Amino acid sequence: MTGRRTLARGAASIVGAGCTEFSRRAGRTELQLACESITAALDDAGMAAADVDGIVSYTVDPVEETELVRSVGFEEINFSARIPYGGGGSVGVLQHAAAAVASGAAEVVVAYRAIRARSGASRFGSAKTAPSPTSGHSGTTAMQWCMPFGVLTPASWMALNSVRYMHEFGVESADFGRAVVQLREYAATNPAAWGYQNPITLDEHQESRWIVEPCIHLLDCCQETDGSVALVITGSQRAADLPHTPVRIGTASTAGLFEQEIASDHYRPDLSVMDGTVALGRRLFEDAGFSRDDIDVALIYDAFSPILLMQLEGLGFCGFGEAKDFIADGSLALDGSLPTNTNGGLIGEGYIHGLNLVLEAVRQLRGTAVNQVADARTAVISASRTGAILTLD
Amino acid sequence: MAADAPIRPSPTVTDDSAVFWDAAAECRLVAQRCAGCGRLRHPPRPMCPACSSLEVEIAELSGQGTLYSYAILHHPQHPAFEYPVIAALVDLEEGVRLLSCLTDVSKDDVRIGMPVHAHFVPTADGPLIPVFRPSEDL
Ligand SMILES: [Zn+2]
Repeated sequence: MTGRRTLARGAASIVGAGCTEFSRRAGRTELQLACESITAALDDAGMAAADVDGIVSYTVDPVEETELVRSVGFEEINFSARIPYGGGGSVGVLQHAAAAVASGAAEVVVAYRAIRARSGASRFGSAKTAPSPTSGHSGTTAMQWCMPFGVLTPASWMALNSVRYMHEFGVESADFGRAVVQLREYAATNPAAWGYQNPITLDEHQESRWIVEPCIHLLDCCQETDGSVALVITGSQRAADLPHTPVRIGTASTAGLFEQEIASDHYRPDLSVMDGTVALGRRLFEDAGFSRDDIDVALIYDAFSPILLMQLEGLGFCGFGEAKDFIADGSLALDGSLPTNTNGGLIGEGYIHGLNLVLEAVRQLRGTAVNQVADARTAVISASRTGAILTLD
Repeated sequence: MAADAPIRPSPTVTDDSAVFWDAAAECRLVAQRCAGCGRLRHPPRPMCPACSSLEVEIAELSGQGTLYSYAILHHPQHPAFEYPVIAALVDLEEGVRLLSCLTDVSKDDVRIGMPVHAHFVPTADGPLIPVFRPSEDL
């Protein structure tokens, strides 16, 4: 590789954001959920369906483009893309949307995810013994090496990395618990959150049953959720004429390393470090020319609490093995050095497969978050192997 | 084993993965070895990532390794397995890593770095697969 190419800085902006309610039983299809969140996002942007010429989602999203187009009433789609890597790819929708806009492939792109992780045909965290039917394009081919041994769930895949991390750095379950207590404190004041008005103590965390010993108690897990989130992205010039202050995509990137998998990421030499996230941090900060000191708020993919700590380290906000001390010092709180997952995260708010973290970043930069960081101008979003920096500047 | 005892599902065998599972069915633990550069690799794949050779040999592995990491799985429970399942990442002495599980050990005695060795257990449709137990128990 010669030089480090990055996305054209700030060429595209998020101009609309919308969502459905987050629940445990939506009572309607993913297609309908997507229609509702997209319509809300377009209303928010002051746009109509006819303005949209690009759509982006995840490979694992069940909503078909053709059905979405004929329901929402898009007239002509000139660009579509789907991002692999499951939730790890969630922020990749911003990279693809921004690249499409910057290149001229599309002018207005809608990014969406619709999910019934709780009430759908198969609960997201349930034990499955065959690779999912979406196998070939969702990155689950590797899971054939897990299933015959009883390693059947996202928690079990990630736990093998988490236990090595604990071993290497002397991290204990209570260290994860302190992060969860903070997330639940944020969720307790967020009416959209599963954990609204229901904070927890560290003792309650420690007493919750083991999902995977010695790293994942029940309260370390995100909440399987039904709902949808949608975002509208367009060029920053056009964005200036729209109702809301544009939230610029300062940079967005993907880092996929040799032998890296998704949740079942077991073949890199040192599993105590999320080195895909180390590469992502280099892409977002050093390569794109942003400073960690400029970050006012962080949104970090927390399907399970151990990966929150490991990403804080991988992104370079603290040293390897030091996230436990960083968190114990109160860094993740509103008055801390790095307010993080201020909506409660996927653990406290709900699991729209990561896209609700992008929604929260937009709210923070617009100044409309329920747990608002004062004068927030720059946010980082990490889904471990895809990420972005959003900024008002 | 009682007729209604849990029995793990058979592996999903593809053209790319058959080299591993077919050997396991004969109580052999193998990895691919590149015929071009000699590099061992697991999981199996059609091309050597180091030299692009498509030629492979089969390397017989000793089954001896050390426990790189583990996870004691309590929930959710699938009827095909006995719980807790002790999931394991084993670094084999030849230099490849294998995901498997541990048998014949109490969960409280599992330690990262412990020597383990492979043995073979049946699956629902008959084929054997490699699992590991502590070497001290030999
Ligand atoms: Zn080779």
